Amino acid sequence: MSWTTPLDVAAAVCILLGAVLTLIAAIGQVRMPDLLSRMHAATKPQVLGTVLIVLGLSLRLRDPGVVGLLLLVVLLQMATSVVSSHMVARASFRAGQVRHDLLVVDELSDEQLHEEPRGAP
Amino acid sequence: MSPVLRTRRDGSTRPARYRAVQPLAVLWLTLVWLAMWGEVSPLLVVGGVLVAVAVCVAFPLPPIDIASGLRPLALARLVARFLVDLVRASIQVSGVVLRRRPVRNAVVAVDLESSSDFVMTLVAAMLSLIPGSVVVEARRSTHTLYLHVLDVPDEESAERFRRDALDLEQRVLRALPPHAPEEAGA
Repeated sequence: MSWTTPLDVAAAVCILLGAVLTLIAAIGQVRMPDLLSRMHAATKPQVLGTVLIVLGLSLRLRDPGVVGLLLLVVLLQMATSVVSSHMVARASFRAGQVRHDLLVVDELSDEQLHEEPRGAP
Repeated sequence: MSPVLRTRRDGSTRPARYRAVQPLAVLWLTLVWLAMWGEVSPLLVVGGVLVAVAVCVAFPLPPIDIASGLRPLALARLVARFLVDLVRASIQVSGVVLRRRPVRNAVVAVDLESSSDFVMTLVAAMLSLIPGSVVVEARRSTHTLYLHVLDVPDEESAERFRRDALDLEQRVLRALPPHAPEEAGA
């Protein structure tokens, strides 16, 4: 047994966990009741899943250049998934694609009845 | 920071154009460019700087006002807490996905304390990654974020979420203290 074996095992565990989280994100897309809830499944477990897969890869490859590139993958993933989920959520809310029966509190719709129009900055 | 207004000769006003090419942004984009190529050579550096400047001119962004100093310790705490929360949020959302009981949600308004656009952007981005929330709407005039929160059984947990969100803003403000208001417009 060489010193790399524990690293390889850790890498395998990370990649497996990441794959499971990504699978859960996919299941969430199917199971969640409305679009806004689906966006949750699409952002959180999916981002952590990507982080874990990337961590596993860098533990296995052990090459500084590759690790730098993988770090970039994580950063861009975090930045873009946030923006895309916001844009989709905003569009769906404005289009009225909201299951109001699922909301306990809805401070946005309450306020817009008597406040500035939605397009206001 | 809101855009500074310039007055035209006829008395009408228009927002001032931001100075497009910012040295930090150019440096960062050049580094990304080099990382993509995976090697460093004079030609690549020159090419990277040219591409970075072109990107900055094509997509101008307002400057980031954190020049008054980054607090490394508070920043490290912010990042560490962020990573812990990222894992917690993922587990929480996974639990909601896998359980049988139907989920109840809420749309919560959070009035941010800080008037900085940069802080608002950062808080909004972090809020969509860490607790179970997605930004539905952001109102810049009042610095209010409207967040869709997953798995809110009652009004009390909505209130708790609002407190968590404001705590996050405080952590961001401690790590990146913004300029004093009189400097901000400069």
